Amino acid sequence: MLKTRDMELNMGPQHPSTHGVLRLVLTLDGETIVDCKPVIGYLHRGTEKLCETRNYYKNVPFTDRTDYLAAPNNNLGYVETVEKIGGYEVSERALYVRTAICELSRIASHLIWLGTHALDIGAQTMLMWTIREREVILDFFEAALGDRLTTTAFRPGGLRRDLPDGWVKAVLGFCKTFPDRVDEYEALLTKNRIWIDRTVGVGVISAEDAIDMGLSGPLLRASGVPYDIRKVMPYAAYDKVDFEIATSNDCDSYARYEVRLKEMRESVKIVEQCLERLPEGPISGKVPRMLKIEAGAEAYHVIESPRGELGYYIIADGSDTPYKCKIRAPSFVNLQAITQMVKGLLVADVVTVIGSIDIVLGDVDR
Amino acid sequence: MNNTPLSDFVVIPLILILAILLIFPLLVGYIVYVERKVLAFIQSRLGPMRVGPWGLLQPIADAVKLLTKEDIAPRTADVFIFKIAPIILLVVGLTAMAFLPMGEGFTAFGYDVSLSIVDVNVGVLALLAVMSLSTYSIVLGGWASNSKYPLLGGLRSAAQMVSYEVALAFTVLATLMIAGTLSLSGIIEAQRQSGLWYVFVQPVGFVLFIIAMVAETNRLPFDLPEAESELVAGYFTEYSGFRWSFFMLGEYAAMVVMSGLLVTLYLGGWMRPFPNVELLGFLDLIPGFTWFVLKVGFFIYFFIWIRGTYPRYRYDQLMGLGWKVFIPLAIANLFATGLALLIIDSVAG
Repeated sequence: MLKTRDMELNMGPQHPSTHGVLRLVLTLDGETIVDCKPVIGYLHRGTEKLCETRNYYKNVPFTDRTDYLAAPNNNLGYVETVEKIGGYEVSERALYVRTAICELSRIASHLIWLGTHALDIGAQTMLMWTIREREVILDFFEAALGDRLTTTAFRPGGLRRDLPDGWVKAVLGFCKTFPDRVDEYEALLTKNRIWIDRTVGVGVISAEDAIDMGLSGPLLRASGVPYDIRKVMPYAAYDKVDFEIATSNDCDSYARYEVRLKEMRESVKIVEQCLERLPEGPISGKVPRMLKIEAGAEAYHVIESPRGELGYYIIADGSDTPYKCKIRAPSFVNLQAITQMVKGLLVADVVTVIGSIDIVLGDVDR
Repeated sequence: MNNTPLSDFVVIPLILILAILLIFPLLVGYIVYVERKVLAFIQSRLGPMRVGPWGLLQPIADAVKLLTKEDIAPRTADVFIFKIAPIILLVVGLTAMAFLPMGEGFTAFGYDVSLSIVDVNVGVLALLAVMSLSTYSIVLGGWASNSKYPLLGGLRSAAQMVSYEVALAFTVLATLMIAGTLSLSGIIEAQRQSGLWYVFVQPVGFVLFIIAMVAETNRLPFDLPEAESELVAGYFTEYSGFRWSFFMLGEYAAMVVMSGLLVTLYLGGWMRPFPNVELLGFLDLIPGFTWFVLKVGFFIYFFIWIRGTYPRYRYDQLMGLGWKVFIPLAIANLFATGLALLIIDSVAG
């Protein structure tokens, strides 16, 4: 018998498909994965600590830069937490606008996920197609929020500024055409033999394990757990709109693909409902110019970001800056499932699994 | 005719070889250009637009860039093998091209010129044998880089090419049995005499050949040796500059050669469609070389088309497909062909 030896392969931090600066230390037997250790921290910027040095208003831009593919959702998580501990009232109109913008951002984020995930599996065309639609959404952000990526969309109490003229009409027009685009993506992938071969049964995680690890978002729902914070603990205007939770029982990468595509379609419905029922009124509730929250006030508030359960835990100390701002990042928690998911699979499956977990390294490292 | 052994075996082949050597890199440059354009259109982009009108000078700019780059070999690499590996691939690709009959012969300056540089009577065998050598280049390149990703890429490539070559050989064999010759120009002639392209006689073989051809040339969805999302760039991760461009040239040469072989075996080579139908005689005005280029061009477009629409297979799936589907199918096809030939022979008496 020939003596063989496992090979250690460093995948990343500079690698085309680790979605940023993730480093995986793979132990390989041939091409089969024996062990996988994720090494993170290459994008650590100390966001949580930085949040202690700026006042409550000025912290919003930091949250843009954690999960940079879905900045509005991060803004919302932070802003709502501040509102919760400070007891500030939010205007009705702001709630609807926030919901619509966050859902647009969810679509944009899922589009990037679909494009890069497909690219990792070798279907390059998908990325260009999804970027095309994401571009439209980013233009909407630019018009309404003044920025495309780091939106700093909201402020405690409501919005920074009202929607520009014609914005609602333009977005509703997009909502009309977008489901057809999703059909187009599906035409290229859903029944594609190779796509099915590459994703079905890859990166399986059972509902039990998923709950034990604290996974959330599409990852959890693809394992058959219909847990969506938008339904379970509604925030913003989610209790006033009608939508379904996308779930699947297959627990694999293909299930996550199906769940996210369904979510995009549902998000379109939410955006439509929000904009059609958009109430008139002030864009912001009555909030002081300088926020000072009494010492001892603390709150943990979660929202459903495109990647899962995004939580902010803020403790106030009576000054205008938080005493502590802890971010429960969905990517960070979801990433830990990778070791279990890839064991026994092949090198090629690692990129499939990374893609299907949908991590953003800014969110993992913060 | 004033052909002499000297002109037949030395002068004319040398001129043709020189022509291929000069034209081919340019041709590949423009195949890459077409590939980028077609892919861009599939992906709703424009592709190269900056250098020259519609980006037409882009290939030349690329070539200049590649050729003027520093020639780097990694410190840990086995420098000699590292340096010759890309050369092997290019030489193999260009050599294989010499066997392809690209058009009917013509007369120039009183000399008969045949457009296949070497028309050996075992052309198919020789071509496949030469093409097989390209595996060496990839394995050696991957191995000599002394780096992990290229090593994995090289190993994958060796396994893939060996398995698909078997399927390919069995597929080709069925066609050879019908044609009754190993000579490439002989096969074209046999198709003309029977008045039928072999794609109609060997539909299964045709499809098998196309798929095996994509696998053999390492193109999507079978481009595992260089799977960029997993193995960075596979076996040529450590290569740069003109050595890298040799790998590219070699890959495209393989595409052209395999498409040429496909066209020759199944689509009547350089002959016009329906070579026996007098009514279409006006098509003879178009030289055979044009038909050859058109047919090969279509399949190169086909390569690009596939690349624009399909994801990539996984390594074990690829091997499973090769050994469990293609090889049995090719052998079954071979048997069926043999049986059919036997029956036809006995009926015809």
